[in-house]
Amino acid sequence: MRHVISILMENEAGALSRVAGLFSARGYNIEALTVAPTEDPSLSRMTLVTRGDEAIIEQITKQLNKLIDVVKLLDLTGGPHIEREMMLIKVKAERSHRDEIIRLTDIFRGKVLDVTETSFVIELTGKSAKLDAFIRAIHEDLVLEVVRTGPSGIGRGTKGLTL
Amino acid sequence: MELSGAEIVVQCLKDEGVEHVFGYPGGAVLHIYDALFQQDEVRHILVRHEQGAVHAADGYARSTGRPGVALVTSGPGATNAVTGIATAHLDSIPLVVLTGQVPTPFIGSDAFQEVDTVGITRPCVKHNFLIKDVRDIAETFRKAFYIATSGRPGPVVIDIPKDITDPNIKIPYEYPKKVRIRSYNPVTKGHLGQIKKAVDLMLAAKRPVFYTGGGVVLNDAGKQLTELVRELNFPITSTLMGLGAYPGSDRQFLGMLGMHGTYEANMAMHETDVLIAIGARFDDRVTGQVAQFCPNATIIHVDIDPSSISKNVRVDVPIVGPVKAVLKDMLKVLAERRKRPQEENIQKWWAQIDRWRGMQCLKYDQKSPQIKPQFAVETLHRVTNGDAFVTSDVGQHQMFAAQFYRFDKPRRWINSGGLGTMGFGLPAAIGVQMAHPDAEVAVITGEASIQMCIQELATCRQHDLPIKIMLLNNGYMGMVRQWQEFFYDGRYAHSYVDALPDFVKLAESYGHVGMKIERPEDLEGAVKEAFSLKDRLVFMDVVIDPTENVYPMIEAGKGHHEMYLPPESELV
Repeated sequence: MRHVISILMENEAGALSRVAGLFSARGYNIEALTVAPTEDPSLSRMTLVTRGDEAIIEQITKQLNKLIDVVKLLDLTGGPHIEREMMLIKVKAERSHRDEIIRLTDIFRGKVLDVTETSFVIELTGKSAKLDAFIRAIHEDLVLEVVRTGPSGIGRGTKGLTL
Repeated sequence: MELSGAEIVVQCLKDEGVEHVFGYPGGAVLHIYDALFQQDEVRHILVRHEQGAVHAADGYARSTGRPGVALVTSGPGATNAVTGIATAHLDSIPLVVLTGQVPTPFIGSDAFQEVDTVGITRPCVKHNFLIKDVRDIAETFRKAFYIATSGRPGPVVIDIPKDITDPNIKIPYEYPKKVRIRSYNPVTKGHLGQIKKAVDLMLAAKRPVFYTGGGVVLNDAGKQLTELVRELNFPITSTLMGLGAYPGSDRQFLGMLGMHGTYEANMAMHETDVLIAIGARFDDRVTGQVAQFCPNATIIHVDIDPSSISKNVRVDVPIVGPVKAVLKDMLKVLAERRKRPQEENIQKWWAQIDRWRGMQCLKYDQKSPQIKPQFAVETLHRVTNGDAFVTSDVGQHQMFAAQFYRFDKPRRWINSGGLGTMGFGLPAAIGVQMAHPDAEVAVITGEASIQMCIQELATCRQHDLPIKIMLLNNGYMGMVRQWQEFFYDGRYAHSYVDALPDFVKLAESYGHVGMKIERPEDLEGAVKEAFSLKDRLVFMDVVIDPTENVYPMIEAGKGHHEMYLPPESELV
């Protein structure tokens, strides 16, 4: 099953490689990973997407907790939460396709950020599945480049991951 | 007090109460060595290879419970130390390993003797640090010692670039009194509700067994364990790492379990209805085939490390906490319950166990004209009154030592269990003898293992360490040979150790006493003579039966009830 794990960790050199190293050393997979400092510059927040059965996820969370640099973590998949991912996608946009691409972008509540004679760069935010759907909706011959951030996650309501 | 970085390093060691540092100098640590040279509180023991330094610090830690300290230079100094660090990591031994590093402006430039030590050691340490500012040294040391020794112990590496220890830059020094790491708060107590549940399960058990491991030794909980086991009159078995926590010669002790465990221990595991695992981690050498592990048991597991719980085997009553505190609480709850397990059930269980014991699974040929390795270990046990510190390397001799030197006290059995590092025994004995100058320290080794760190014989000479080495010489990598006999139809691929040195002459050339013993009737006299030479290292080259195998044996991936037994046992 897919799990989204949120991790608060010390914003220190090497902390990220400890997490990444743990996953490769123990044979867990990382599907996506985002990380950036929080409002407290001494802390980084990471959102990590992984897959595994219950026993594997239990081991992953325990092993992550064991890392000295990990302050706290939460498996967001265990409760109601919000996930958002951003994508920048460059598509071929020649005269015959332009209207259709703009319509599609509107439907997905995306934004066209860059326009040339032959291409658009579109910004799209949403759940990962929505971004997948957008890519599927555009003819594959038109897709030039896809850049995705990987999802960031946060719990709904008052429950959350804070110090 | 204004000190340079190098002086701060040494002062931090003093403030941590460190008396011995095992090390090897080199360019990146010369400032530190210069500071060490100008004081005499911290004693430096020069080894002959950095692997030896870390193993020696490790032996020191295992035998005392205090953190061991090693000091090595950058680059090859650090990479040579890695085997020692990984050895300590797998057995949860508290070490602080100081590695030199190239000066900070050179980091990342492929400078002379530069490696990414923090990167290389990351997967085999509890934690590591790279110090980038002289003002961070004291706090880093405080944290390193705290992390190494608290919770589930382990090795911590501190990588120190040379410019950080510059003797010309002096700063005010104060060792932090307190340490707080917000992301690291090891538990100090077990959950009382879980403990009560566990005690009630024990009281209702019909066929209980304690299965205990290195965690009991590490947490110095042997006394509490012994009290609980005796109070309940339950049988107890131990992993390789746990030997000595409960007295090995006691009636309730079934011997070691697992791949080379006793018949009675493994059968008790297979038949038990309540398994009480304490400070043990369900390693594959212990469990065998997980699907067949303790098929009828409710499992209680006490461990300081939550990630050890339900890692390999699902457990029913997990208790996260330090073994000693949990055992104390168990004893308290047991006293409150004013109950004992049903006598009749436990007696029936003991009768069954005694029948298994009757199989005499450790029996060997006592009339052999050749020296049997089991006989050699028993002789060592007799001569040392079972009271020596015994280190070992890895292989058949290690298993014979574990089976036949019935350790009655914790911290007496010093071996590389998790990583299985050949070459561990001799340097580890250096650390043990340093910590216990008046104790008898023996190395049980093989002719293949001993050659992996043989150079440390020079260290022993330099520091006058009267270690007694019992080399069980069968001319083979015995355990490899045994597997090849059993599982590869006797195709002995490269397990024959050709071109062995004359160990007597070798020992003598290092300035030690060498002995060669070839007949069983000569052994006891020779071992006695060796131990009578109180201030000399004696190297006993004991020529043993080259075809002897370690029994019982469970093939990897088989269940506890599927053992090979020795040809001499009553079963066959």
